[in-house]
Amino acid sequence: MKEKLKKFYILIPVLGALLFISILLIIFGTSPIEAFSAILNGAFGSQQKFLNTSAFWVPLLLASTGLLVTFSAGLWNIGIEGQIVMGALAASAVALNVEASKPVMLTLEILAAMGAGGLWAGFTALLKTKGKVNEIFGGLALTNLSIILTNYMISGPWQPPEGGTFRGTAPFASEALFPLLASSKFSPLALILSISALALVGFILSNTYFGLKLKSLGKNHYSAFLLGVSSDKEVFLSMAFCGALAGLGGAVRVLSWFDSLRQSISGGIGYLALLVVMLAAYRVILVPFIAFFFSSILTGSISLQLKTQLHSSLGGILTGVMVLFVILFGDRKKIFKKKMDQNNE
Amino acid sequence: MNNSELIAVLASILLQASPLMIAVMGETISERAGMINLSLDGTMLLSAMAGFIAAYETGNVWLGFLAAMIVGAFFALIIAFGTINLKQSQVAIGFVLTILGDDLSAFLGQNYTRLPGPTLGRYSVPILRDIPILGDLLFNQNVVFYIAVLLTIFVWWFLNKTQPGLQLRSVGERPEAAFARGVNVNLIRYAYSIAGGALVGFAGAAYSLAIKIGWSEGHTRGIGWIALAIVIFGGWAPIRGAFGAILFGATKTLATVLQSKFPEVSVVAFNAIPWILMIFVLLLVSNEWVEDMILKLPKRFHRPLRKFLRVSPPLALGEEFEKK
Repeated sequence: MKEKLKKFYILIPVLGALLFISILLIIFGTSPIEAFSAILNGAFGSQQKFLNTSAFWVPLLLASTGLLVTFSAGLWNIGIEGQIVMGALAASAVALNVEASKPVMLTLEILAAMGAGGLWAGFTALLKTKGKVNEIFGGLALTNLSIILTNYMISGPWQPPEGGTFRGTAPFASEALFPLLASSKFSPLALILSISALALVGFILSNTYFGLKLKSLGKNHYSAFLLGVSSDKEVFLSMAFCGALAGLGGAVRVLSWFDSLRQSISGGIGYLALLVVMLAAYRVILVPFIAFFFSSILTGSISLQLKTQLHSSLGGILTGVMVLFVILFGDRKKIFKKKMDQNNE
Repeated sequence: MNNSELIAVLASILLQASPLMIAVMGETISERAGMINLSLDGTMLLSAMAGFIAAYETGNVWLGFLAAMIVGAFFALIIAFGTINLKQSQVAIGFVLTILGDDLSAFLGQNYTRLPGPTLGRYSVPILRDIPILGDLLFNQNVVFYIAVLLTIFVWWFLNKTQPGLQLRSVGERPEAAFARGVNVNLIRYAYSIAGGALVGFAGAAYSLAIKIGWSEGHTRGIGWIALAIVIFGGWAPIRGAFGAILFGATKTLATVLQSKFPEVSVVAFNAIPWILMIFVLLLVSNEWVEDMILKLPKRFHRPLRKFLRVSPPLALGEEFEKK
């Protein structure tokens, strides 16, 4: 009985987060039940809404999948936000400058996006291995540079012909965009790509020597060294792999969620993906479910803002508090360890 | 550019650097005690917002700063509790708080954007302000500047010349040895994390109440990360950290000056300067080839150059301490 109860321990921090948000909502004069049902309705209320939640989910899943690899290697790839942005930029460059049939366009866009994301992550890895610059700082600086580059392109070379609004480029030609389902933003092709990536990563991490090397690197740098794992090479490969998936996620953002390059093209998906993987405690199988859960909260809170004027950052607060509470209190083994040690004495 | 213009530019650099200096001092004392507070960017956003609202509602700037310091101290307390008592990762908690602080500031401050509120103004120091050049540069400044300078001197003195400062450094360098001498390592770490967090909160409010007046979503976004990088560049030393802050303050002013000189270049491009500088300074202080270059020079330059260019973190930075 006690064992069964312990399995539900993880729910306590989640309920704590809901309570926190409820108090916040009451302070702002909104009934929590109404707000939560508005979020649910915004995420799942109609077929269209459900498809849009799924469309938000796909790039988040791609980024989270990439992060599984870097986290396994013990790396904090906070620069993933910039890798998504670079992917979006590269896909836009192809979309704006190449004219070809849809299959050719999509192939080129995807390759360019994965290359650009991988390159940006590779820079971060080289700064770490060759320059001893911590990947958190290298990644953040590169993220900001990628955002500045986006704003520069939008306000300069890629300005729409009717004059720059600083908000985005002109919409791309329809050949450049992902085929979408039922006038939603959801692309089945992008979903297939992201599920394959997840399966590939699950396979690499649990069944290959490369996966074992990464994990040994993440767990203990000294034992990895003894195993003969050249950590520089693994750091580069895992970062570039993650960056390529993040870049693909950026392409999905411009080619299905939007139809052009926008100012905040990633919208914080990279940071959200970091939270997803942290909440999943780095377990592959949990990642798609948590990513979908987060997607529904985020898309739901956007429609909450339209309905009640409450700022859509509420969704971010809910996910953030949840992850914070789970990190702090979710690991019952660690919390109860002290107690057990005392009992054993 | 004539003299008075030059003085105005230099004075503006010092003003831009002031809140950075305060945040750098806060993070420096926290990290010297072994505690990484990675949440600076979120903490500063939330405290800038809280400081503005508190000052707006009460009409008193100092109550605004007080509210901001409480917010900063509270975030640092969460990190200290999570890492010391619950044994979780400092980086993980700090990162989540960064994101959370950003979202909370956007949500809680949503009804207070772009409002005029009370501000902390300029103060001319009598007599000293009449010194030529220096008077205009140093003694006719915003109050935040005086606070930043006095704080830097105080932190330097405290860390290097006092007994409690020695104790602070010992828990960040060799906690076991400090413990063996009867120091309560975790209590000291709690105390300086919270004090450091409060200073970071003060720095956040310095933006909304003095440097970049008012509140809007993402008001100080990015500055917390720059402050964290300056702490590394500063080699965890207060005076050097203050110079790092001035260097980055200068990039902000430089961008404004360059913009007026080269109007044909996109406004956006100049925003890249601090981030390029960030990569550059971090490469400079931690890279191996800098050491190689130093070794190629005559021997008598080795020590001063190494002292000038190279840094090393507190030995027990980010590591938890357990009584044995």
